[in-house]
Amino acid sequence: MGSQSVTFRVRRYEPGTDSEPRWEDHRIAAAPGMTVLDGLWLVKEHDAPSLAWRSSCRMGICGSCGMHINGRPRLACNTQVSELGGDIVSVAPLPNFAIVKDLVPDLAPMFEAHRGLAPYLVREDTAEQEAPTREYRQTPHELERYLQFSYCIKCGCCMAACPTVATDPQYAGPMPLGQAQRYDGDSRDAGFGRRRAVLSGGSGPWRCHFAGECSQVCPKGVDPAKAIQLLKHDLVFDLLRLHRRAPAAPVAEAPHGAPREGIPAAPARTVTDG
Amino acid sequence: MRDRTLWTWHVGAGLVILVLLGLHMAIMHLDATLGLFGTGDVEPVDWESVVSRMQDLFFTVTYVLLLGAALYHGGYGLRNILLELNPGPGLRRAIDVGLSVGGLALFAFGTWAALAAPGAATAAGG
Repeated sequence: MGSQSVTFRVRRYEPGTDSEPRWEDHRIAAAPGMTVLDGLWLVKEHDAPSLAWRSSCRMGICGSCGMHINGRPRLACNTQVSELGGDIVSVAPLPNFAIVKDLVPDLAPMFEAHRGLAPYLVREDTAEQEAPTREYRQTPHELERYLQFSYCIKCGCCMAACPTVATDPQYAGPMPLGQAQRYDGDSRDAGFGRRRAVLSGGSGPWRCHFAGECSQVCPKGVDPAKAIQLLKHDLVFDLLRLHRRAPAAPVAEAPHGAPREGIPAAPARTVTDG
Repeated sequence: MRDRTLWTWHVGAGLVILVLLGLHMAIMHLDATLGLFGTGDVEPVDWESVVSRMQDLFFTVTYVLLLGAALYHGGYGLRNILLELNPGPGLRRAIDVGLSVGGLALFAFGTWAALAAPGAATAAGG
């Protein structure tokens, strides 16, 4: 099977220089197995050296290369040219974000909302968290409650597909809300009360219309729409005093009260305070 | 905190509407079926039927409840639609105040109508 000639229709825009975005067509030879990211590298190498985008891992792990490809938010590294059909591949930056340059969206507002929802284990035993001695106890059943939400790679595709994010700048959006549920649903976490203060306000899940587009486009198969409905459930049950949360899972006890041998020490910290 | 409470009331009002509208549909439109269970063969839209419901405390209470639930549910939905137009803080406040005042005024008028209806029906010979 030989290569096929396709047109990459790429949207270019440099704020401060261009008055408005424009489309550029670049003809390239698409070999079998070529991804959209590979195609962009070809375009950059031969036709448009100033073309800008974000990418890193090339294997759908880092979440850097979220783009609007043929009218749908996708990962450029995870989308083969052949699967798109036709001989035109349109590539634009993710909608619902400001444009830094060309295909680079400004994801800062998404990560600010994410940070505001404490996306980490919130616990009382900070000393144990800082210098772990044992693992926290968690059953496979408890793991299942949040596991799929932990597959999120923060690529922003869900935010680009969300009709509420498109119209309401206050709304936190599916990624931050999905991650709030990922930690609220974790039996090792005790941060529900802290996240509730943010989630109960205007940026919380209340404006979600359950369009479900976020779940449709997620390249990792995460279901943020479900996470948002679970958040609503937990928050409303909490308001009605029907929500019972077990205390955060304790550290696992050593068998028979004796310290277990052979557990490697936690790695040295790589980040210092301040 | 406010949005969570408003949304919870919205869902609660929806449940009230579901029950009371179901009751309304059953009484007004399933009279033939209900007749099989011995509820009588009176047409629900006959003058006598309407007046007897107006004079029944149960129906007065459910009318007021349904009115309140429908006004709140619809008002909250309308607010959501308007907020999707991304108004500024001042306009947002005006929407909240306008919908609250308008909703309360309609509720007061409807409640007065439900409470005054039995007397009016009696005066009209009901």
